[in-house]
Amino acid sequence: MSTEKKSSEPLFSKKNKKLITDPLTDNNPVTIQVLGICSALAITVQVNQAIVMSMSVLFVIIMGNWIVSLLRNLIPSRIRIIVQLLIVASLVIIVDQVLAAYLPDLSEKLSVFVGLIITNCIIMGRLEAFAMANKPWPSILDGFGNGVGYGAILIIVAVFRELFGSGTLMGIPIFGNPLPGEESGLYELGYQNNNLMILPPMALIIVGIIIWVQRSRNKALIEEH
Amino acid sequence: MESTLDIFVKAIFSENMIFAYFLGMCSYLAVSKTVKTAVGLGAAVIFVLTVTVPVNFLLENYVLKEGALSWLGEEYAELDLSFLSFIMYIAVVASIVQLVEMLVEKFAPALYGALGIFLPLIAVNCSILGGALFMQERQYSTILDATAFSLGSGVGWFIAIVAIAAIREKLRYSNVPGPLRGLGITFIVTGLMGMAFMSFMGIKYGKEAPTEDVETVTTMIDTNKENNIN
Repeated sequence: MSTEKKSSEPLFSKKNKKLITDPLTDNNPVTIQVLGICSALAITVQVNQAIVMSMSVLFVIIMGNWIVSLLRNLIPSRIRIIVQLLIVASLVIIVDQVLAAYLPDLSEKLSVFVGLIITNCIIMGRLEAFAMANKPWPSILDGFGNGVGYGAILIIVAVFRELFGSGTLMGIPIFGNPLPGEESGLYELGYQNNNLMILPPMALIIVGIIIWVQRSRNKALIEEH
Repeated sequence: MESTLDIFVKAIFSENMIFAYFLGMCSYLAVSKTVKTAVGLGAAVIFVLTVTVPVNFLLENYVLKEGALSWLGEEYAELDLSFLSFIMYIAVVASIVQLVEMLVEKFAPALYGALGIFLPLIAVNCSILGGALFMQERQYSTILDATAFSLGSGVGWFIAIVAIAAIREKLRYSNVPGPLRGLGITFIVTGLMGMAFMSFMGIKYGKEAPTEDVETVTTMIDTNKENNIN
């Protein structure tokens, strides 16, 4: 494999850079390709959870892309979905065990959603569409780009939801102390947290608004119904 | 203790797969352009969920759980294989989907025509694996409860996708702002439907029914949170 890499092109050629930057903007996996919404929205109540989740997905997608790309000529096409699922599932087990060992609180909060990384459509989509047909190095870059694109949306949504829903960011109070009787900061002036933000429907509406903003800036992305 | 019927109704309404947990959103958004295809996919999801969750339940209780292997003999009683659960569940789901596809193709060609293209898609639908993982987390006591939960979740998913497909068919005739067309408006409509489904949180199940007549939604949410913590 290494000789193959050397003979072709420099590690960060223009084409390879595009693999990273495209998913961040005009080909974002969440807002344009509509993949990976499943596990994305439920864990955006707190920024902490969103960061851990995006790191986990980033790890799984890079490793998964790399392994599948190495094996791409050995996997029989009839059973490729099952082979891909098993590779991803083994990676997710590693992530889950590491989280349970080092971040037990967060791991409990994320509950089933770590396991659901297995069926995260971004990962399966990239394995199927990119890693099965490309060399290992571009596959790693593609995984990195898509993982970061996914994480970015996750963290934006989480910032809005935590800031307006609980008045904190990563657990640190931003607007002052909301406890009744000892209010400080904005709460003294009568500010109230918006409880709706913590509930599931708001996550969908925030993503809807992000899509709206993105598409008003780039008219080429507008759909014909 | 919840009755089996409670579990079933709860899975359809207050713990709806789409509106409360966002499971299976990818196919929900991709296949909800017309009611006909939505009905096909929804039926396939009900079917596969109802088959896979009970199988995974048996697997969990007789193979994976701590002490589950004690039926093999004393020396196996302390084994805890639960770290293998992800890979076992997904293998079960993928192989059952394959099996179901072959059986349906052989014995019910008409049904295969209707479900055909959706069945392979379902192996990677989050709601199927999600059903198995929730079953593991909530520790249902009997296989009947687990089946009721899976059937309810499937029906809830079916209701959600058929409803959004019907709304999207009508949306085609409305003047939606350009950048919001298609995906954006679907997200926002789903959010609004989710808010409507939040009102089902007020249903009290089984013996926990309160003596007071009226309770506000906020206190319901609070008690829900407390229940989660406990």
